[in-house]
Amino acid sequence: MKKECIEFRNVSFRYSEEGPWVLKNVSFRIPADEGVAIIGHNGSGKSTIAKLINGLLFADEGEVVVLGTPVTEETIWEVRKKVGMVFQNPDNQFVGTTVRDDVAFGLENRGVDRSQMITAIDNSLRAVGMIDYMLHEPHRLSGGQKQRVAIASVLAISPQIIILDEATAMLDPKGRKEIMHTVNEVKDQQGLSLLTITHDLNEITQADRVIVMSKGEVWLEATPREVFAREKELQEIGLDIPFVAKLANELGKVDVPISQQPLNHEELLEELWTYHSNK
Amino acid sequence: MSNSLIIGQYVPSDSFIHRLDPRTKITMIFLFVIFVFFANSAASYAWLTAFAVGIALATKIKIPFILRGLTPVWFLIIFTFILHLIVTKDGDILFQIFSFPVYSGGVIQGIAISFRFFLLILVTSLLTLTTTPIEITDAIESLLDPLKKIRFPVHELALMMSISLRFIPTLMQETEKISKAQASRGVDFKTGPVKDRIQAIVPLLVPLFVSAFKRAEDLAMAMEARGYQGGEGRTKLRELKIEKRDIFSFIIFGLVIIVLFLLRV
Repeated sequence: MKKECIEFRNVSFRYSEEGPWVLKNVSFRIPADEGVAIIGHNGSGKSTIAKLINGLLFADEGEVVVLGTPVTEETIWEVRKKVGMVFQNPDNQFVGTTVRDDVAFGLENRGVDRSQMITAIDNSLRAVGMIDYMLHEPHRLSGGQKQRVAIASVLAISPQIIILDEATAMLDPKGRKEIMHTVNEVKDQQGLSLLTITHDLNEITQADRVIVMSKGEVWLEATPREVFAREKELQEIGLDIPFVAKLANELGKVDVPISQQPLNHEELLEELWTYHSNK
Repeated sequence: MSNSLIIGQYVPSDSFIHRLDPRTKITMIFLFVIFVFFANSAASYAWLTAFAVGIALATKIKIPFILRGLTPVWFLIIFTFILHLIVTKDGDILFQIFSFPVYSGGVIQGIAISFRFFLLILVTSLLTLTTTPIEITDAIESLLDPLKKIRFPVHELALMMSISLRFIPTLMQETEKISKAQASRGVDFKTGPVKDRIQAIVPLLVPLFVSAFKRAEDLAMAMEARGYQGGEGRTKLRELKIEKRDIFSFIIFGLVIIVLFLLRV
């Protein structure tokens, strides 16, 4: 049996007592070492999920269980040791005055010994390819570089789960690619569970499973291929599928047989030439 | 864009003074500031000046650069001098300016006070020239450590200072961005009567404050997510160490002070 990593049991949440429910009776399970993406339109409650996982917010109803520990006031520090989070704004999560100090911040908080700290900083900066920028100040880094430092900071505390909360939303396409590449590399190397929260469907192609949120409820739980096949319904909840998937769907309508929903250019090309040579 | 942006006026170098522990520097400067007030003879002033100039030379920073850094306070020094010249009524009348009698005591007093002032500013500016702001922050945290016993939030103060330092360039970039955005909407920052120009700052400050609050909120959340729970049980990456050269400097400084007292009248 696969070990449970994150489990939501009938979780409901709202920001104020009289306010509307942001999450309504949400339940899902994420097994260990699976890459899961949560997508949804603005206000679908996807970021709230991230904050519930590491105890920045607490569920009003139901229970959030992370690595076997229910998240409560008493257990948050325990949970936060195992869950690393990268947020949206590259500037607003950079605490240190230099790259090195920033990566050290999480380690300092945990009372890690100085000599261990230096090795951990070195290793994690190497993993994200930022070792040459060790003494740079944040204003001398690009957004993508800052986010890589944020990932390094998370890696330094060797978590078991990494959550990317819209971590690429404020980056240019190049920075976005850089981050997704870095994250996936690190995930494979260190056997981490990865939870990506995004509104950009281009980012879910790497995920093993996708949870689509809409209006505070789990709308669909499926593989990326299955998600892309439901273009119309996704559009209704304000999500736009990538061009490749759209093209494949259109081709399907004009009787070009597409045997499996392509996730990227290569796969679509594969489909097309197979079709062409079979004709 | 802002690669050249330096916070404070730190000039990097590897001089002896630069490499001193920031706590050594702060403590010595603090004591120096006190001992300057003990000087009361020409010889004792000369001695302290020699010491201050000696340190200035040891920093390997060009003297004209240091003096240029003092430009804003020249006015204050001269003002102090003139004030003493006019107000003090000791000794003989030397001469009269516009029927104001100038006494010899006034001249001496004026020179002494403005010289004292000059020494104070020179020495303290040597601190900021040779020490990075973050080093100063660390030193303050370490020096104020005993105050934790009376529940003074030393760690929080130091963290506050280092976060401010971290966000100065960020907020400056933001100010630039907002001022351009507002200028493109027709706000005029550069011309017109002073009253209008002051009013033009409002559309600059409001968005800046709003975003600063937003940043603070985000940062607090990011810090919590990274396990920040106050100074308790925290280790530090940046380490301050008292080395031989710090002890050596203290001995020199002690000797300087002893000589100062010998030169007093």
